[in-house]
Order: sequence, then structure tokens, then C-alpha cells
Amino acid sequence: MKLARKHLLGMEGVSRTEIETLLNCAETFKEILDRKIPKVPSLRGLTAVNLFFEPSTRTRVSFELAEKRLSADSVSISASTSSSEKGESLIDTIHNVEAMKVDFLIVRHSAAGAPHFLASRCDVSVINAGDGCHEHPTQALLDLFTIRQHFPTLEGLKVAILGDIAHSRVARSNIWALRTMGAQVTLCAPRTLLPPGIEDLGAKIHPRLDDLIDEMDIIMVLRIQKERQGESFLPSSREYARHFSLTRSRADRMKTNSFIMHPGPINRGIEMAPEVADGPRSVILDQVTNGVAVRMAVLYLLAGGETDHAMAN
Amino acid sequence: MRWLIKDARLLDPDHGVDRVADLLIEKGKIAKIGMGLSVEGDHEVVEAAGMVLSPSFIDIHVHLREPGREYAETIESGVRAAAAGGFSAVACMPNTDPPLDNHAMVHYVIDQALKYGPVEVMPIGCITRGRAGERLAEFGEMVDAGAVGVSDDGDPVSDSSLMRRALEYAQQFDIPIFTHPEDRTLSRNGVMNEGVVSTRLGLKGIPKQAEEIGIARDIELTALTSGRLHVLHVSSAGGVELVRRAKERGLNVTAETAPHYLALTDESLAGYDTNRKMNPPLRTSVDREALRRGVAEGVLDVIATDHAPHPVHEKEAEFDSAPFGVLGLETALGVLITHCVRPGHLTLETVIERLTAGPSRVLGRELAGIREGQKASLTLFAPDESWVVDPGRLHSISRNTAFGQERLFGVVKALFLGEEMIPSEQGSSSQDRPATMVP
Repeated sequence: MKLARKHLLGMEGVSRTEIETLLNCAETFKEILDRKIPKVPSLRGLTAVNLFFEPSTRTRVSFELAEKRLSADSVSISASTSSSEKGESLIDTIHNVEAMKVDFLIVRHSAAGAPHFLASRCDVSVINAGDGCHEHPTQALLDLFTIRQHFPTLEGLKVAILGDIAHSRVARSNIWALRTMGAQVTLCAPRTLLPPGIEDLGAKIHPRLDDLIDEMDIIMVLRIQKERQGESFLPSSREYARHFSLTRSRADRMKTNSFIMHPGPINRGIEMAPEVADGPRSVILDQVTNGVAVRMAVLYLLAGGETDHAMAN
Repeated sequence: MRWLIKDARLLDPDHGVDRVADLLIEKGKIAKIGMGLSVEGDHEVVEAAGMVLSPSFIDIHVHLREPGREYAETIESGVRAAAAGGFSAVACMPNTDPPLDNHAMVHYVIDQALKYGPVEVMPIGCITRGRAGERLAEFGEMVDAGAVGVSDDGDPVSDSSLMRRALEYAQQFDIPIFTHPEDRTLSRNGVMNEGVVSTRLGLKGIPKQAEEIGIARDIELTALTSGRLHVLHVSSAGGVELVRRAKERGLNVTAETAPHYLALTDESLAGYDTNRKMNPPLRTSVDREALRRGVAEGVLDVIATDHAPHPVHEKEAEFDSAPFGVLGLETALGVLITHCVRPGHLTLETVIERLTAGPSRVLGRELAGIREGQKASLTLFAPDESWVVDPGRLHSISRNTAFGQERLFGVVKALFLGEEMIPSEQGSSSQDRPATMVP
């Protein structure tokens, strides 16, 4: 199977077939990563630039590893070292990078739509590594991949996304992806952290965690950023934790064979108790591991690769 | 110079004129209207069958950027854009750098405009000094210098007491207060309409209530002061209702909307096109429907463009960083005919009234109109001809049209202003436009 697209800008509009192709391909790369020498020559000769205008460790390192495992040449530019602080505009930065003849731009930016802006203005394959409050498609793919390791199908699976939905690109990408794959999505958050019209994306809203916790197959916990208090989205993180934190007693009420996920980084003790994050239901570190295989699949397929040949390489 | 315009549809809703006839302009005046007119001697004939001749358009809401941001627009380029769009007069907002907050600045703008031909530039002065929202500017001196109203457009006057004083003080000079209604504490950091589309795009929304709270406050202050209020750029269904009720109460309130709000919705931002980013933002189809009805029913007196030039290098940016504002003068007629008249939402008569008599009323002026003996101030356009908007060929220095590459019906042919005829090259690059203009 091949993927008929040049960019991965979001999960909105990505079809079920495309998602399955990506996840199947990631399975193949997952096996390769378990080998003694976890490296294939699939993208030899291609160049990837990781352009991070926002701080990130997990996602950037995950992309860098995926590129190296595929034998692509790669460089990472972070906002602190790029020209953006010297007042160079995004468009100039991009023209310069493009003039260096690269094949992939992996972009993280605090402004929603920045990857779309770049994709429409340069002749390079653009992968959105997180844009503002918009989307973070590779995170959703690795989340689906992790869920698939535990459930035979996503169809009908009950997934709750818990926390700051309003400011979360992870939530949006996961809502699109999970809905496309047939899962039922419930959003659980105080009203101030739910964006208007989010139900129209196909998710249900439930304001009480205690009422839904024993029905869920998966609970995805989102980070609560400290600055949300200052902006009066929340009176205090203490009060938030009282109603929405995944505490040990709440986690104990979850179904057998249900799992807890978190895109990281975790605010231990606020959105989730430390012993829950490290507990038996947590697949948080699997998510990180799977991230590399999923990003390899994205790079490989966007470069025109075919799933059937991924192993042969 | 004498002009004989033959077989045009003469359309002046304000004076009940709607018929196909010939019109003769002599010595800058409409000398004669009638069937089969002919003249001897030195004159030019304009074959105008299939075209409409209306009173020239008036735009009471434009930004000409001079002084201070001449890289975006100048008075010269602005009046050329106006003429190309069929406008003979434009009222320019005072958010220049420095702002138009005193008589010398008002004089400056008027003097500059006089250099560039017959299109009239009517400055709107600031409500507050330096647009700082703290102390009233000198309305009287600005009016003496030629200002037609006052506004802090771009920013609301947040202080309700100050707005009250402005509405009271302006009465002495018989000028309207042009209000930019917005509760900034509610719209803060927003870049587009708040709703399902902003949620989908991950952009910070501006709820329509930010506008409605502003309109409601200013209407109540108008009631308190018996003042005269003109509401700028109404974009929401709730805004239309507030204006409707204010008029039913007999308050001296007028209002406008812009062609882009009548044509587009927030759905069109799916590609993060910064040339569709403006404040107030494009709303939903429900709002667009209410605005069209508001124009049709006369709740909205005026269609004004809020022509807001910004240079390419500022608009070519991520959506959050790009400035608010879109061009309007050169595409107004085409957008209105294409998006409102041809689909049957508005009649051409209504559109022309809101571009001519409506703005005249807001300014307290009488429209010359299409009557024998009046000064010639006429726009000739072909409603059924079309052109493709090429941003690179606009007269504006800036390129930030929301309608780039779109085919628009309604081609402006010429402005007749007194002794002058200004041809519009609108659509002249298109091969599909028949060359019907004789001179």
C-alpha cells in the first residue's frame, strides 16, 4: 500500500484506509526497531529538517531517531538557535531552508496553521509536529498504534479524553483519528477548558469524571498547564485536581483491561497521581517507544514508499 | 467636453429613476435625459446598451494609510483604487501615524487628495486625542477643516463616560460618531470568529457578543444623550437586531456592513488565508443571512468597504501574526453583484441605494442623483460582464484582497465627475470582456 499525499498536516480528512496503511507500516518498523541493528536504508539520500519553533524534547528526539533509523540525513533547528529571534519572518526562514534542498520539513510552531502556510509555499513534504492549539497528527497516530496493541479493533472502543481540551492539539488530532476509526470519544473537562462547538467533531461531553470512569476502555489524560490559572480558566490546580485528577482511587475503579495514556510531559499530582502514571494500567512509556516506529512510517510513506517493501529494505 | 451616454439603464433608487434612456453631460452637469438624444458638434458618444448608469458610489469607511504607512497605501493610490471601483468619494479613517486628531492633519489629507483628481476624500477625525481613548479631540476645529465625522475606528472607546461625552459634544457640530463596537476584554487575543470553525482550526475565537455588547452600549449611550451614532462594520445577526430595535425606538442610529461579510463566512478560513482575516471577523452563514436581510430591509443603511490595505510582507505570515484587514474599494461592486444580486439575495436597486443615497444620509448630504441640471457624478458599469481579480493589477499598493483569482460579475467602466471622465481598466486584462467603451 502507498499513501497518496505529500504532507501530513492534521488528522482531519485522513481516511480510515490511510490510517490503517500508516499503522500497518509502523508495525513493520516496530519489528525492525527490535532487531540488533535497528536501521534500514529506506530514506538514504533524503534530507529532513526538524524545525522546532517551540520547545520540545520528546517529539523532536522521536523524529530525529525515526530519521536516523531510516538512514535519512537530518538536522534539527530549534527556535533558540534559528533566525526567528533575529526578526526573520517564517517565510524567509523557509525559503532559506528550502534553498538548501531538503526533502522533509518537520514543523512545530506555536501558531495554528503555520505548517499549512509552509506547505502551500514551498515544494517540500511538510509534517506537522504540533501547531498551536490545532493538531499534532503523529501523536494521534502513535496513540492509535498503542491502543491497537491492546485491542483487536478500535471500532466501538470507549475513549475518554480528560483535561484541557481547549488548548490541546493532541485532543483535536485524537478526536478526528479515533472517530474515523469508529471509537466513541467522550471529553471530560470543566466548561472553561472545552472549546465551542467541539461536539460537532463527533465527540460527547461529560463534565463528571466519576460518572464515566468505570465505563471507559481508555482514558487519555492531558497536561494542565500552570498558566491556565493566571488566565482564569481555572481558579486553582488544586480545585481542578479535586474533580478531574486521575487519582489512585479513581484508577482503581477502571474496568479490567482498560488503559491510561498521556502525551507527556506529565504534571504529576495535578492531572494524574504519580503512582497512576507509573502503575500497571499506564502505557505512557509504550506511547513514547511507539512514537519512533509511527514517525518512521509517516516519513517512509510520505516519501512514496510502499508498506509491502518496508521490510524488504 | 460633452458626453452622450446612450441606451444605459439609468438607476437612481433615491429619486425613483429606473429606465433605459440617453443622458447628456455638458459643462459638468446632466444637461438632458431622454430617448434618442443626439447632439451636434464636439462631443463623445458612449455606447452603453446593457450597462447601468447610477449615481457615483460613496464609501464612508476606508483606510488610506497616509501619513505613516505609505508602503501600504497612499492617498494617491487610494483615490485611484476608489475611482477604479466606481467611488467618487471616500471617508478615510484617522488611524494613521500620526493619527488625524487635529485640524492640521485634516487639512493635510484634504490638500493631498486635491492633487490627485476629482475623487473627494472626506477625513474622519479622531474621537480621542492620539486615539488613546482618554481625552476628546477638538471636534470643532476638525469639522471646520473639513472632517465629516469622528471615530477611533480600529479601537473602541472603552470608557463609557468618554463615549457619552463624545456623543453629546458632537451634536454641536452635527456630525455622527462612527463607532467601532467591540468589548476588547471579550475579544482579547482572538483572530477569527469563535465557533466550531475556530475550534477545528485551533485558532483563538472572537465571540460575536464582543461586537454586540459594544453596539448595545453605544445604542444606550445614544439614547442617554440623544446623540447621533453610526455603527461601523456590523458583522453579526445580533448586531443587526440591536440596530433594528434602536431604529424602532426612534434613536438617531445608522449602520453599515461590508461586502466581505455579505459574501463570505468563517468556513472560508479553512486554509488559514490571512487575506480573509479582518476585525470584526467573518461569521457564520446564519450571520451572513441576517446581514443580507438587514441590507434588504434597510436596517443597514450603508454598504462600506472598510478598505484596509496591508503589505504582502505583513500578510504573508502565520495567521496569528498577520494584521487584520482586507482591501475593498476595487472589488465592492463585483462582490455584491456576484454574491448577493445574481443569487437573488439582494436587488441591484438595493445595492446601489446602499452605495449612494445611504452613505449620503449618514453624512447629512443630499445626493445629486440622476436629474437634469444636477452636477454630473455618475458611475457606469456593466453588471453582466465579468473579470477575474488579479491582485497584482489592483490600483492599491497592497494586495490583500479576499477575492484574488475569483471571477466577479460587474465591471466598472467609468466615473463621470463634473467635467471629467475617469475610465476604469477593471477587467481589461481579460480577453473575454467585449470592448464596448467607445472613447
